[in-house]
Amino acid sequence: MSDFDSLAQAVFHGDFDGVVSATKNLLDRGVNPLDVINKGLLAGMDIVAPKFKAGEMFVPEVMMCAKALGEGMKIVQPLLSSSEAASAGTVVIGTVAGDLHDIGKNLVVMILKSGGFNVIDLGVDVSPEGFVNAIKEHSPQIVGMSALLTTTMVNMKKTLDAMEAAGVRDKVKVIIGGAPVSQSFADEIGADGYAPDAMAAKELCAKIIKG
Amino acid sequence: MLIIGELINTSRKPIKEAVEKRDAGYIKKIAKEQIEAGAHYIDVNCGTMVFNEVEMMEWLVTNVQDAVEAPLCIDSPNPEALEAGLRLCRYGQPMINSITDEKERFDKVLPLVLKYRAKIVALCMDDTGMPDTAEDRMRVARNLHAKLTAAGVPEEDIYFDPLVKPVSSVETAGIEVLETIKMIKEQYPKVHFTCGLSNVSYGLPNRKVLNRYFVVQTMAMGMDGYILDPTDRDMMGAIYASMALLGQDAYCMGYITAHRKGLYRHES
Repeated sequence: MSDFDSLAQAVFHGDFDGVVSATKNLLDRGVNPLDVINKGLLAGMDIVAPKFKAGEMFVPEVMMCAKALGEGMKIVQPLLSSSEAASAGTVVIGTVAGDLHDIGKNLVVMILKSGGFNVIDLGVDVSPEGFVNAIKEHSPQIVGMSALLTTTMVNMKKTLDAMEAAGVRDKVKVIIGGAPVSQSFADEIGADGYAPDAMAAKELCAKIIKG
Repeated sequence: MLIIGELINTSRKPIKEAVEKRDAGYIKKIAKEQIEAGAHYIDVNCGTMVFNEVEMMEWLVTNVQDAVEAPLCIDSPNPEALEAGLRLCRYGQPMINSITDEKERFDKVLPLVLKYRAKIVALCMDDTGMPDTAEDRMRVARNLHAKLTAAGVPEEDIYFDPLVKPVSSVETAGIEVLETIKMIKEQYPKVHFTCGLSNVSYGLPNRKVLNRYFVVQTMAMGMDGYILDPTDRDMMGAIYASMALLGQDAYCMGYITAHRKGLYRHES
């Protein structure tokens, strides 16, 4: 097994100590920090993603893997030059107004982060103005909205309207997710995309950034 | 034990399709199956029909009652949809799902509870958000109990829902609910409980197994109502067995009847 593989395996097994020692080991030997991320840490998540999608791995395991990956990132990130640190893209994400559910949203945040995205997590019960202000402040390419309630999914439309009114709607692609939401609902309210789960959300974001 | 059949909910695909096609026959069939399987109440929820929830509620309630003479649990966060359903209830004491201690929701739902003398599902959450610990839930339960009883709602008509969250994201989500039930039961022996518990297993394999064990655990703490799929024979079998073991089943007749109905046929 190569050293990259052993790092990837440590991520895959959610082995915090293993990730830390494998990461340090690679860096000590002068391996390029960017390679440590791409060929080691993210490669580990690439093993996890399809298994989660196929129902072979489960939510707590994915969280553990993402946290393990984060441990490695903490060590590598300070070593990156600013150009290297450039992310896969910036995503502003939050649960819409009136809705306090965050499990699904948090999972999407973790998966996106592990996919190299710069994620600004606005938390739960985010007002339309909250989203608008975050777009102005962070200039993301993508805005993700989450809702778990049929009563709050309508606030996705209100948030889109607020973006329109503030003149920032065409600066971003807006994607939505959450149990009561569907592709047809996304079409109906004029969102740019819908993802049924965290993995699909990552793929969707990657597709949007590619253009 | 109060079993509320959960199947008539437009977030379920076959129900959504039936509602869109106005297929009354399918709705009636599902209502009958749930009562035959042991449900005491039929939950009616069309919250996903965001743009015509009131109209759909009326249609569903009418059709369900054409099929079964059972009381209904009118399920919506929208007071207008609640009232539309309650107005048409013909059999027994209706149930409202649900009230919370969020100010706006409380103020709008309480008049309906009083007007229709309904049983009320009281969700342990308030404007500060979703509770994590048993103590958080208990604080909301105390407030709701005080406000509801002060308004004249009989204690026996209050059904506390302790708000079940997935153990896949917080390991202590299950035990906090068990603690809550115990605390509420100690402080208010006359109130009842209900919950939709399938949330507990979100994100994990073999969800039905976890749901079933959690029913048994919560029952042991004093839980006496569930919103679930009554046609799930394994689940209903677990409930009848648990009732017998907890001394809630005179001469174990419920359990024996379940045996005769074949609920345990695959066991040996």
